[in-house]
Amino acid sequence: MRVDLEVNGVRRSLDGVREGESLLHLLRERVGLPGSKNACEQGECGSCTVYLDETAVCACLVAAGQAQDSRVVTVEGLADGAELHPVQRAFVEAGAVQCGFCTPGLVVTVHDLLARTSDPGEAEIREALAGNLCRCTGYEKIFDAVRLAAGEAR
Amino acid sequence: MTVAPARPVAVRDGVGDSARRPDAVAKVRGEFAFSSDLGHDRMVWGATVRSPHAHARVLGVDASAALALPGVHLVLTAGDVPGVNRYGLERRDQPVLAEDLVRYIGEAVAVVAADDPELARRAAALVRVDYAELPALTDPELALSGGGPVLHEDGNLVRHLRIRRGAMPAAADIVVVTGEYEVGMQDQAFLGPESCLAVPDADDGVDLYCSTQWLHVDQDQLADCLGLPAEKVRLTLSGVGGAFGGREDLSVQAHACLLALRLGRPVKMSYGREESFVGHVHRHPARMRYEHGATRDGRLLYVKADILLDGGAYASTSAAVTGNAGCFAAGPYEVPAVEIDCRSVYTNNPPAGAMRGFGAVQVCFGHESQMDRLAAALGMDPVELRLRNAVDTGSVMATGQRVEGPAPVAELLRRVAGKPLPPPPGTDPRLLPGGMSNSTRAEGLLRGVGYGLSVKNICKSAGYDDFGTARVRVLARGGDVLAEVHTAAAEVGQGLVTVQAQIARTELGVERVTILPADTAVGDAGTSSASRQTWISGGAVRAACAAVRARLLERAAEVLGEGAEALRLESGQAVSELSGRAVPLVELLVTEIEETAVFRHRDTQPLDPETGQGDAHVAYAFAAHRAVVDVDPELGSVRVVEIACAQDVGKAINPAAVEGQMHGGIAQGLGLALMEEVKVRDGRILNPSFTDYLIPTTMDMPPTVLDILELPRADSPYGLTGVGEPPLLSAPAAVAAAIRDAVGAALDRIPVTPEAVAAAAVGR
Amino acid sequence: MTGFHTAADLRHACELKAAHPDATLIAGGTDVMVGLNFGHTSPAALLDVSRVPELREWSREDDTIVLGAGVPYTRIVDELGGALPGLARAARTIGSAQIRNRATVGGNLGTASPAGDALPPLLAARASIELASLRGTRRVPARDFFLGPGRSVLADDEIVAAVRIPVAAGAEQFAKLGPRNAMVIAVASVAVTLDPPRRRVGCAVGSAAPTPVVAGDAETFAGAELDWDGRRELPASVTARFAELAAAATAPIDDVRGTAGYRRHAVAVLARRTLTWAWQEYRRS
Ligand SMILES: Cc1cc2nc3c(=O)[nH]c(=O)nc-3n(C[C@H](O)[C@H](O)[C@H](O)COP(=O)(O)OP(=O)(O)OC[C@H]3O[C@@H](n4cnc5c(N)ncnc54)[C@H](O)[C@@H]3O)c2cc1C
Ligand code: FES
Ligand code: FES
Repeated sequence: MRVDLEVNGVRRSLDGVREGESLLHLLRERVGLPGSKNACEQGECGSCTVYLDETAVCACLVAAGQAQDSRVVTVEGLADGAELHPVQRAFVEAGAVQCGFCTPGLVVTVHDLLARTSDPGEAEIREALAGNLCRCTGYEKIFDAVRLAAGEAR
Repeated sequence: MTVAPARPVAVRDGVGDSARRPDAVAKVRGEFAFSSDLGHDRMVWGATVRSPHAHARVLGVDASAALALPGVHLVLTAGDVPGVNRYGLERRDQPVLAEDLVRYIGEAVAVVAADDPELARRAAALVRVDYAELPALTDPELALSGGGPVLHEDGNLVRHLRIRRGAMPAAADIVVVTGEYEVGMQDQAFLGPESCLAVPDADDGVDLYCSTQWLHVDQDQLADCLGLPAEKVRLTLSGVGGAFGGREDLSVQAHACLLALRLGRPVKMSYGREESFVGHVHRHPARMRYEHGATRDGRLLYVKADILLDGGAYASTSAAVTGNAGCFAAGPYEVPAVEIDCRSVYTNNPPAGAMRGFGAVQVCFGHESQMDRLAAALGMDPVELRLRNAVDTGSVMATGQRVEGPAPVAELLRRVAGKPLPPPPGTDPRLLPGGMSNSTRAEGLLRGVGYGLSVKNICKSAGYDDFGTARVRVLARGGDVLAEVHTAAAEVGQGLVTVQAQIARTELGVERVTILPADTAVGDAGTSSASRQTWISGGAVRAACAAVRARLLERAAEVLGEGAEALRLESGQAVSELSGRAVPLVELLVTEIEETAVFRHRDTQPLDPETGQGDAHVAYAFAAHRAVVDVDPELGSVRVVEIACAQDVGKAINPAAVEGQMHGGIAQGLGLALMEEVKVRDGRILNPSFTDYLIPTTMDMPPTVLDILELPRADSPYGLTGVGEPPLLSAPAAVAAAIRDAVGAALDRIPVTPEAVAAAAVGR
Repeated sequence: MTGFHTAADLRHACELKAAHPDATLIAGGTDVMVGLNFGHTSPAALLDVSRVPELREWSREDDTIVLGAGVPYTRIVDELGGALPGLARAARTIGSAQIRNRATVGGNLGTASPAGDALPPLLAARASIELASLRGTRRVPARDFFLGPGRSVLADDEIVAAVRIPVAAGAEQFAKLGPRNAMVIAVASVAVTLDPPRRRVGCAVGSAAPTPVVAGDAETFAGAELDWDGRRELPASVTARFAELAAAATAPIDDVRGTAGYRRHAVAVLARRTLTWAWQEYRRS
């Protein structure tokens, strides 16, 4: 089948999409945006987090056809050209990246959190990030990055 | 030539600085290419046909239905393996594709290539394999006792390490405690799935882009399996999404190469999470029987330990894990007499192998549980008991090896014990046991504090020729000096690329350093495990830099007309200490300089086969943990409130990265303590998903309090000690101890489930 | 799979479902896609109802909230914490932020898992479920909706259009138990509602029987024993008996997530706690 959607501001029409295919697969394999990751494909890890019409979702759990005519923003769409988004910069500065497989999903999730709440408290940060697994960092420097980005935004 | 007075400026982001990762920007932008992100025109996808039986004869494979699907190109079985159909890290005992026998559920029997991944998977499901089921041996005790089928030619015992030292004291006035402990099977649960891209080339060779911990050992095994000379199997490391031991063994590599070479087309393979659980080895499940004897004033007299590790269907690194578990079974304590038997066996369970901590984690839970039990029996404070027996420099370990280098075990423990305790539980249910489940308002909540001390070897042991290779090139580019570092050392997330660049900056006084992609075009770097890579490949980079520096200084000496001995490199110039004059390196680099160096640590000896005595280890690393937990005794839910960890790292080459290793290690230790277990019944993994194999989330991981000691070693680059594993080792023991402290009851198995906690709390 | 159908509105959805009775409805996709990605299920076709406007809204009709089947949990948490505190509490325990942004009560009903966390609150609150098809609309009490694990009274041509839930007349609570502090499938869960005007208690249990179940004896017992007028503190004997009766309503099994005995025990503890918390809230109100 055919799916038309806007990804990171660019309109795309994709043919030959399988009916049961996920938005994640479509983004990675058809649109050529492998930034969104595929650590579990069952909604548990958040490495595939993208915006679907302004809502942060697991792209692995959205059927590609459900994204027809929608606007998708992926991690690749957050920076302004060479200029990193403040959330991205905070991840780099705080040392919140190790292997980096969780990073794209976390960057989008934190971007979403800070868009909704400018000054999240500890429990709030933990709750908001509970759907993003990271196996390397123990999360501590990721929390640092959230606080750094929040501080910068204020 | 410009000869000018020196500008003494220390190089930025050198050794000791928290330099940023060179790959961080690409990673936060989503532009870093992991092995699962690779693609190629004309690429097809591979998928694996796996055994549904734990033990069976393979009677035949019928691929006709699969091949009949349009878009399916090829199905290969054991007969199609051109070289030796065996691989394995210690023994080549595992078939690339099963021949007449399968030994575990998930063993690869055939591989399929098709136009897209979904089709490949469907085709794999259509490959019909006829099996005749055989009785499966899934109980390691039975395997040890010789009951059940014999799974490999040499029998079911993989290794038996016997350690005997000192004479067991006579039974007068000795306090004796015994215990039996169990550790479940932990999964590395790296987030990046096993994946690779194999590209055949015109000379009948193959270029493989993959995630691994050790390029050259992959190359070695692949060349033999493919029947090719090593130089025709070229590997390049692609982005690795975590490893933790789970990428030491081959997974997709051989299968993808086989398909690619046969088809003459690039082949990509990538596992889903479910397949990943059978696609790599796990941490050995362990059963341990201990007996400790001590004087009334708390001095250890002897330790007896009997340890059984389930190695699963193939050897992988079981022998080395057995060695480690045995060597460290008594912990970081002075013990005059030891009697340790550590065994690993083959079973029809999924194979076990390397995971961060490598045998030392399991026994740490054993010896630390025993120390707490002994403290209780003596009526002594558990910290005090440990302090009284902690090894120090000059102490003798269970294997008779004297501890050289810093061994601040007591100090580490004092540090964690001395930290202020966290405040009492608050009222936000999210930060109480159960977290988001809203299951308590702190009714009857119990707080507990527990400790763990640990020791593990750094680098490879027991006579292994462990080395690393580095090539360093300096050149002038655009008026600037650039250093390029090339090794085959695998960056798996730990930050090796950062550290290599820092070393080059410090050694060469050059700011711009590029780390070239790791590949097999340069010499062996050894494995990114055993906490060895900063030491060994870092050492190699340092040595190569030293060789480059010597040549630069020779050139500078000529220009300045001074002896090279008085010159040093600094901020892109060669500076004379005598005259204060300097010459920019750019001007010395009309032709570039390249040097390759190999770095070895000192020799080690194998252990005596009868007594287990010998100087088998290069170095010991130590860590101490203190865990504070809140327990809901009725439901058994636990929230870890805080974990303090103190570790001696010798020299923190990159303090921020050291902290990152500590945080991550603690999280994995917490996971093993509380929730992580691959549950296996009759050889089948019951929970091969992140829905049922649980790893800690942000709601589970508490704040940590870190204490990093830097007591330099005499025998390592910059005095460093490996940092990757210690922060995991005693974390599970400390968490379990804290829960015991809270509920006042014994807990002899990790992971400690809520159900076990609730039962223990009732029984108390 | 051979088809992907997108419903524009409820009528259209019913037409499509009638025409393709073997198509699988997909709303948030948080259950459907897991099965598809792992190749565990292979439905004939998908019928997307995630953009059906009627399903995406909620409204208030007197003392009833009519909750469209496709309102994601995030909105339930944000918008209905006052009117439906029990359901909102349960919704907040479900999955992660990303899951709650997509997942729906309609999907929870469609999956009909005994572990569905939105279900005990619906049973406790005596909600009814509105099923739509070309044949018309019918209402089924939530308590009669489930037939077994994964099975309900939903017919092949029907769609859950909405859930009609009485606005909370008093305190409501929900608690669950899992082996991790977030993102867990419940090993047991309990929902309790107090309805002081009717002197009635609602209590339902999840993850401890083939379907979510009502603890009827516990409800009757508590309804009669609670000191609705005096609002005196709950005697321990009452909470203990209530807990016992709640546990007695279950029929748990041993599985990879927990043993039957532990589940029963957990239900008793959670029932006691949720009743206590709700009662404290009532006393304060
Ligand atoms: C990571 C993760 C965590 C989760 N955690 C929890 C949890 O904590 N608690 C919990 O209860 N669940 C949990 N779930 C399961 C899931 O999110 C819920 O069951 C959710 O309510 C499903 O809603 P959905 O809209 O996504 O359903 P879908 O996946 O779209 O559909 C689920 C089923 O319902 C049917 N269906 C959907 N809409 C309708 C309708 N309007 N009428 C009739 N049938 C319909 C579908 O055909 C399908 O059979 C989790 C899932 C994931 C992936
Ligand atoms: S890949 Fe989508 S949540 Fe893990
Ligand atoms: S950095 Fe590796 S998973 Fe988070």
